[in-house]
Amino acid sequence: MSEWRLYEVFVRSKHGLNHKHVGSVHASDAEMAMENARDLYTRRSEGVSIWVVPSDTITASASDEKEVLFDPSEDKIYRHASFYELPDEVGHM
Amino acid sequence: MYAQLVETGAKRLKTLEEMSPEEREFQEKVDAETKIEPKNWMPEGYRKTLVRQISQHAHSEVVGMLPEGNWVTRAPTLKRKLQLMAKIQDEAGHGLYLYSAMETLGADRDEEIEKLHQGKAKYSSIFNYPTLNWADMGAVGWLVDGAAIVNQVVLQRTSYGPYSRAMVRICKEESFHQRQGYQILLDMMREGTDEQKAMVQDAINRLWWPALMMFGPHDDESPNSQQSMAWKIKRKTNDELRQMFIDQTVPQLEFLGCTAPDPDLKRNEKTGHYDFGEINWQEFYDVLKGNGPCNRERINTRKKAIDEGGWVREAAVAYARKQKQRTQAA
Repeated sequence: MSEWRLYEVFVRSKHGLNHKHVGSVHASDAEMAMENARDLYTRRSEGVSIWVVPSDTITASASDEKEVLFDPSEDKIYRHASFYELPDEVGHM
Repeated sequence: MYAQLVETGAKRLKTLEEMSPEEREFQEKVDAETKIEPKNWMPEGYRKTLVRQISQHAHSEVVGMLPEGNWVTRAPTLKRKLQLMAKIQDEAGHGLYLYSAMETLGADRDEEIEKLHQGKAKYSSIFNYPTLNWADMGAVGWLVDGAAIVNQVVLQRTSYGPYSRAMVRICKEESFHQRQGYQILLDMMREGTDEQKAMVQDAINRLWWPALMMFGPHDDESPNSQQSMAWKIKRKTNDELRQMFIDQTVPQLEFLGCTAPDPDLKRNEKTGHYDFGEINWQEFYDVLKGNGPCNRERINTRKKAIDEGGWVREAAVAYARKQKQRTQAA
């Protein structure tokens, strides 16, 4: 079965929520990937919608790029609401 | 339990000073309980150990369907048949979650399955015992899945992200297996004839020791445990897990009104745990080497399923090709 394409499976657990990655399946085509994903990841009504995406079409950030990509945002604390202190009299904002 | 005797390749633990900078950084990450993900650097030994353990675990789920499949057509009622089929489908699902986690380490699914068929890869010794009467379905669910849960609950905290997430999913489903098993036995003990009650005791007598063997050899006989614990692949030792299982199972056994085939089993007032007799380790190693009652039958059944399903896989590929041509032509 390894020669069959690998698909990553994303499931929306409830209306209004994001699709979330749950695992992968092998399948001969997208239709079979959908059927396999349904059988494998939603046997107990875990979802209301499924995406299957060929794994080789996903571009992922590399672990050694972590600093380059994510560190710059660490020194921008002024992007968080908690950075701005307001007097108590102003109330909740 | 589902993975017994996983080779780590380590004779002794390296100290932090002896490690390369990469290894040290890795170990510190593990020590800080940061999960390791597929793209992160990892020592080759860690990767290989995980492939061995996860594939062994997956094979166990898959082979584990066979002793139960034996009873689908013989289940006493339609309700029991449906429950049994749902449980077997779960086992298939668990195998697939695990193979999928294993593939994130660069291992090939077909190659690992081929190793199983050639007898090079192991699966849990428990599935080499036959299921001889209906009460065995109850005892397997209660004892075998029960032992699996003790192990798997702890493995939810294993250091490798995809393995840990597969465990979380599996644990959610596993408790249904154990409860349905115990309920089968409870029904037989409460409403059954003397003959049916005797079947329950017989099933327990045969499966008790093999269930305890699922946790693997004693800690001091288990040279790979130390490395697996340092890498936090394993989170508790074999003996710790076995003791946890016994402590939680004996009261359930007593509630059933049954006994264990172990004259040394009794509560130790000082420790608060149950003391128990020595496992027949010769039998354990014999079964693991391939000489249990059902080893050959299990592997032959697996091979037959793969071989005889070959035409279905070919047809699926041919169908997919045809559909693609059709879409392109349109």
